[in-house]
Amino acid sequence: MSGEEFVPLSLTPLLIGTFAAIACALPGNFLVLRKQALIGDAISHVVLPGIVVAFLLTGAISTWPMMLGAAGAAVVAVVMIEAIRRLGQIEPGAAMGVVFTTMFAGGVLLLEQTDTSTVHLDVEHALYGNLESLIWLDATGWSSLLDVQALAGLPPELPRIALTLTGVILFTWLFWRPLKISTFDEGFARTIGIRTGALGLALVITAAIAAVAAFDAVGSIIVIAMFICPPSAARMMTNRLETQIVWSVIFATVSAVSGYVLAGYGPLWLGAADAVSAAGMIATISGLILALTAALGPCRARTGAPSHA
Amino acid sequence: MLWEALTLQLGYNATLVAIGATLLGVSAGVTGTFLFLRKRALVSDAISHATLPGVCLAFMVLVAFGGDGRNLIGLLAGSAMSAWIGLLCMNWLTRHTRLAEDAAIGAVLSVFFGFGIVLLTVIQTMGVGRQAGLEGFLLGSTAGMLWADALVIAIGGAATLVLVMIIRRPMTMVAFDPEFAAARGLPVHRIDLAMMGLVMAVTVVGLKIVGLILIVALLIIPPVTARFWTDRSDRVVLIAGLAGGLAGYLGAALSALAPNLPTGPIIVLVSFGFFALSLLLAPVRGVLAAVLRHLRFQRRVHIRQGLLALAQGQKIYEPLTIRLLRRAGAVRADGVATEAGKSRAAKALRDEKRWEIVRADQAHEATAALYNGLRDIETVLTQDQIAEIDRRIGGPQEVTP
Amino acid sequence: MLELAAVQGVSTEEQNVDHSPLAIRGLTVSYGQKPAVFSVDMTVQPGAMTAIIGPNGAGKSTILKAALGIVSPLSGQVMVYGQPLDDQRARIAYVPQRASVDWDFPTRVIDVVLMGLSRQLGLLGRVRARHKARAMDCLNRVGMREFADRQIGQLSGGQQQRVFLARALAQDADLYLLDEPFAGVDAATEKAIIAVLKSLKEAGKTVVVVHHDLATVTDYFDHVFLINTRKVAEGPVAQAFTVETLQAAYGGRLATAQIDQISRALG
Repeated sequence: MSGEEFVPLSLTPLLIGTFAAIACALPGNFLVLRKQALIGDAISHVVLPGIVVAFLLTGAISTWPMMLGAAGAAVVAVVMIEAIRRLGQIEPGAAMGVVFTTMFAGGVLLLEQTDTSTVHLDVEHALYGNLESLIWLDATGWSSLLDVQALAGLPPELPRIALTLTGVILFTWLFWRPLKISTFDEGFARTIGIRTGALGLALVITAAIAAVAAFDAVGSIIVIAMFICPPSAARMMTNRLETQIVWSVIFATVSAVSGYVLAGYGPLWLGAADAVSAAGMIATISGLILALTAALGPCRARTGAPSHA
Repeated sequence: MLWEALTLQLGYNATLVAIGATLLGVSAGVTGTFLFLRKRALVSDAISHATLPGVCLAFMVLVAFGGDGRNLIGLLAGSAMSAWIGLLCMNWLTRHTRLAEDAAIGAVLSVFFGFGIVLLTVIQTMGVGRQAGLEGFLLGSTAGMLWADALVIAIGGAATLVLVMIIRRPMTMVAFDPEFAAARGLPVHRIDLAMMGLVMAVTVVGLKIVGLILIVALLIIPPVTARFWTDRSDRVVLIAGLAGGLAGYLGAALSALAPNLPTGPIIVLVSFGFFALSLLLAPVRGVLAAVLRHLRFQRRVHIRQGLLALAQGQKIYEPLTIRLLRRAGAVRADGVATEAGKSRAAKALRDEKRWEIVRADQAHEATAALYNGLRDIETVLTQDQIAEIDRRIGGPQEVTP
Repeated sequence: MLELAAVQGVSTEEQNVDHSPLAIRGLTVSYGQKPAVFSVDMTVQPGAMTAIIGPNGAGKSTILKAALGIVSPLSGQVMVYGQPLDDQRARIAYVPQRASVDWDFPTRVIDVVLMGLSRQLGLLGRVRARHKARAMDCLNRVGMREFADRQIGQLSGGQQQRVFLARALAQDADLYLLDEPFAGVDAATEKAIIAVLKSLKEAGKTVVVVHHDLATVTDYFDHVFLINTRKVAEGPVAQAFTVETLQAAYGGRLATAQIDQISRALG
């Protein structure tokens, strides 16, 4: 395919999809190891009410208030889950189930009560985004990458997710050692003065920010899938955390790129006329990768855990 | 209007939906209790999301054979099939790989759902054009429901409930103590599968009313609510069924009042209302009761420790202890013990000595297990026994510093 | 008449409270409504090996966890070398019970030992050759050098325990707290661990061990601390580790055979 076609139509969605996938997969590694994988599920459900509330407050579809609303909802959800878990002595899974379904129900109800017919805000969009529409019309070819005027016409989702990804990488790099130690052995982490509670919350908030930014571009299915599938698949490949992170980034990238390409061109190859959902396809590919590693990965089995003996 | 809704006078369909929702609420509450007691509440999340590809495939098959793609029974059969496959995938991942259950749930949930979305977009392009009915499965939609569909839901709800009632006893045993159940010869694995089958049945019946994203709420919230009110598993089942049924009924009735009150979310929110009330106000496990109990307990610990320190002439370091002792009239403002304080301190020290004897004596082993540093010895021993212990300590004597 | 309290207040010990490696005053910790530890005082002797002894559920591990700030007490104070815990964390090393971590975690033996150096390394400090050398040296001391590149889940229980001890050694602390290090380990490991602990003591370090095997107390330790929710006795083994104190701590749970064995050991 020529640059004239590729750059305006495919480059930006590919980049956005890939950045979103990596931004979710990185914190996902720690969430999976901490057995908090479903926090990602909970966060992605509560983004909807956050956005609806932000819309009701500002009366317009503008990005920043909605991102703030979504992030706020994520924090509210995490705090509520913690509160219900501790105050009611309820196991975390059930506490999560109570909170995210209720908030999601509230979001749907609010949405039905508001007149959103004039704006593009609906549940379907929230669930599976619209990666395909994030095209770069100002571009004419590879040379546009150096053209300031054309760059100004980039879809705003791209710089936003790039910024988020930078933030997530920075967080992971900066707190690598405490994150690793406290995930492995929380008691020991506290004895050397690591504030494990605050660090755990920071991790969840980072995940929430990644989820919100990714959600904005690609919908919540990718968010859940990328939090869980690439890190889980990476678990099957290695016994070192450093290597696991690298694998998860590779798997996230492969899912995003091949998912996007398959969704766009797969049906054409099969003789159909129209593309299918890129978000759904990316999630599907990540699942196939997980299935493959679960069946064949060199480190797929549990190692001898003495607590089971 | 509200009264009419609650007394089911808003038309035939609304009545059927309300009855269906009530039955569904009861069976979801009861089934969910077993999941919750087994600490696997969110498995239902994976099952419900995994129905989507099945719904879509069933639709495609129905259309391909020239049928009506919206045949509810066909769609429900498809959803059950793919939910079952999702469940098997999840079990396989947790059994044969190092993945923990939460990651397996999340993986199945997102991948199946993602694949379902792909199929939805395929259906969109098939040119059948009537796929709006399918999107109703995401969030449920009872508006404009066919009479036959409402009937299917009502019958499905009733059938699920009957099934739950039939196998609730073995499920209780497995949920409570799987190893004991296995030792009693119960086929634990099969009962677990039956439980999952019921969860699936509830999900499938509930798809049309509350949608696949919110059906999870019906399975989780009522059991959690019920758990606040009792420690007995049979009562949890009962209360969860009640709370679920009531939420289903109220939610369905309320949503019939106006066109833009979607049934699913209303049922969930009513259910959450019950939960929030229980969390705050339940008599033993509720937050209010727990806070009061903790404060009372902390006060008792500090006063006891303070009295023991007074009796042994030790310095009291903690400001809270001093404040509490002052409020109890045991010490003066300058920290010196009052007469009342001295005698209470002497009694506390004496009790400690008595406990020491009790705890070192094999004959008192059962009593010794009751020791918690706070219990008054008179509450566990008779006067005669105490007198006997006092003799061993060396007769009554003043233990002032 | 039993006069257990007499053992508690050895006068020379009281003067050392301010400089004791670990001094606990009026500690009460409660999980729910039943205190695990009630109003306990403890003064650890510098340069000694102390065993914390008591029946199951008597609050032995809880004392360590409260001393390290892992659980928060209902009341009471913990002082480390005369100062609040947070100022003295660098001087404490802790070896948790083996069951407390996820053995399937993707990490190698050497990485675990390097965690002990995280205070020196700081947030972003790179692991250099000298850090690796130090970690290898610590592994060598517990006889685990050749396992450095194994994933931790692939070790036996005793080997895992030695790796955790190596991590504590890497911390180069003054006070070592160990929670049941001998539980469920093989004889070779027990021997290796006790040799390391004795060498620590010779280097002037203080060692506190939650211990469950009454038969080895007199061989391994100089001080004991007996607890059963409340403190029962504290002091040098010769004074505080007697049939009377044991009966007071264990009540009816101490089998007669054990008592005989201990009386023999005590001479």
